[in-house]
Amino acid sequence: MKHVLNKVEKKFKMFQILNEEGKVVEKDDMPDLSDEELKELMRRMVYTRILDQRSIALNRQGRLGFYAPTAGQEASQIASHFALEKEDFLLPAYRDVPQLIWHGLPLYQAFLFSRGHFHGNQMPEGVRALSPQIIIGAQYIQAAGVGLGMRLRGKDAVAVTYTGDGGTSQGDFYEGINFAGVYDANCIFIVQNNGFAISVPREMQTKAKTLAQKAVAAGIEGIQVDGMDPLAVYAATKHARERAIKGEGPMLIETITYRYGPHTMAGDDPTRYRTSELDSEWEKKDPIVRFRKFLEEKGLWTLEEENQVIEQAKEDIREAIKKADQYPKQKVTDFIENMFEELPLNLQEQMEEYKAKESK
Amino acid sequence: MAQMTMIQAITDALRIELKNDENVLVFGEDVGKNGGVFRATDGLQAEFGEQRVFDTPLAESAINGLAIGLALEGFRPVPEIQFFGFVYETMDSINGQMARMRFRSGNTEHAPITIRSPFGGGVNTPELHADSLEGLIAQQPGVKVVIPSTPYDAKGLLISSIRDNDPVVFLEHMKLYRSFREEVPEGEYTIELGKADVKRKGKDVTIIAYGAMVHSALKAAEQLEKDRINAEVIDLRTVSPIDYETIVESVKKTNRAIVVQEAQRQAGVAANVVAEIQERAILHLEAPVMRVTAPDTIYPFAEAEHLWLPDDKDIIDKVKYVLNY
Repeated sequence: MKHVLNKVEKKFKMFQILNEEGKVVEKDDMPDLSDEELKELMRRMVYTRILDQRSIALNRQGRLGFYAPTAGQEASQIASHFALEKEDFLLPAYRDVPQLIWHGLPLYQAFLFSRGHFHGNQMPEGVRALSPQIIIGAQYIQAAGVGLGMRLRGKDAVAVTYTGDGGTSQGDFYEGINFAGVYDANCIFIVQNNGFAISVPREMQTKAKTLAQKAVAAGIEGIQVDGMDPLAVYAATKHARERAIKGEGPMLIETITYRYGPHTMAGDDPTRYRTSELDSEWEKKDPIVRFRKFLEEKGLWTLEEENQVIEQAKEDIREAIKKADQYPKQKVTDFIENMFEELPLNLQEQMEEYKAKESK
Repeated sequence: MAQMTMIQAITDALRIELKNDENVLVFGEDVGKNGGVFRATDGLQAEFGEQRVFDTPLAESAINGLAIGLALEGFRPVPEIQFFGFVYETMDSINGQMARMRFRSGNTEHAPITIRSPFGGGVNTPELHADSLEGLIAQQPGVKVVIPSTPYDAKGLLISSIRDNDPVVFLEHMKLYRSFREEVPEGEYTIELGKADVKRKGKDVTIIAYGAMVHSALKAAEQLEKDRINAEVIDLRTVSPIDYETIVESVKKTNRAIVVQEAQRQAGVAANVVAEIQERAILHLEAPVMRVTAPDTIYPFAEAEHLWLPDDKDIIDKVKYVLNY
């Protein structure tokens, strides 16, 4: 009987297509992406790396507020999003701002989210997403509802949600995947396992050898993917999406990834719990480095192209921060206005009070 | 018109809304084939199908998470929490999530969700079934809390709650489910949320109550009439937001008031009512506004409910106290 655990774990071996040298190690599962699509995926990953570097700098200058660094997770975040369609609904966690941007949230609004302005959370018409979820796990049970709604409406669309390794310990994580399983809801659950929940290593969250195997508790499919490999993440997400819209139920995808930066910019110091050896070990696995090698080998990527993306990103960011600066400041009456469709008595009264204050 | 118990009026309201609006979905633990542990959803699955009325796994947090997600897909969810003592499992989905949906999205998303849940004492339920926890939700901006006390109110208020485009917690007192029948109009009608109702006109003292305490207050008022004390009884009906206009109007007439709740003194919403009165009508008061409440202990073991729950005698005593102040 002591082999029971081993048997389960064997089923969740890490799925990889590109190795660290950018060589294809799993030809059979190679996703069907055109040359232009491959280049676009690279552009988005490079852009997102620059966005992270600039966001950290802007945060340090006090020009951004809350910011959770993303460097290292580009394959996990961007390649998974690349497998989605416009009609898919995104339920991101607080680190998943890049997916929102590529789903259609204008950059200046992402910056307003960071600063704490409600306009940052106002998705433009047709952008199907919620703003980043701060309560870890809540996005999972909500995704089950969106996915069930899509199934009831007969839509060829999915709800996609993200959490981290620490988030898999929450009750809402289990409830979310379990509900989605019961209803065969159109859901993709992604666990971005970057090894740490703030300072707590992944091994302190659970004795389970993989996080993907937690899908077993819900009776749904689970897969562990090399989260530093854009092609593997894309292939897994694409597969999950196809299954879901066919009515075959939700899937749990664990991406093995790493965040080079701190947990957030709010004073977290990763040198207290992480060694520089560990950092450099993961830098060798960098998703951008290996994808660049892969594309260069195919003659699809040049240094000039990369520099163009970098310059474009920097310019967009400059423009966006300017636009965020110019956006009208919030008023208490805006907050009151956004509470209910029809204001109850107490808020009608307070509205008058604050209108008077604001007109002084 | 038909004679209905409160539970029948609730079922009737659900049936009307399921018929009126194809986006209405009813779900929760045992609400489908079983028709609910109190039969509130009896026959609804058979009539409207498993896609409209369905059971869920046993997990309150995800029931309301499911409601939020379904709302994002344009549905109008009416989930049930089997007993409101189980609300602790789903406080985040209610107070942390659906209450904030319109606000946090800058009015680009909303949550037209009505959570139905039974509560209330006097029927010897086991632990954490009868607790009055309306005060917890009443403190949360973004949710309305509705507590009917009659079959007529229950139907009109539930239809209004379901049609409301923001979240409503609709609390059903278990003792009132089948305790009496009342004429309830057939077909649809609505009662505006946030409006109190004067259940008995009077001129000497205002008794403000909600839930089962409305009936204790009415019983007390009848007794008081024998002593030539003429009490006005106001049923809050919505405990958040509070209809202080109706209350203040009454207090200006009677100059004396008490607030009656089944919840413990440190819980419920009585303190809010007292505060509104003293801010808005202190110069009309001949006596302090007093509260009739349960003691500040955990909800009692079943055998001792009758010793613990406030009743008409407590109300009579308190009215006499403010009249003789």
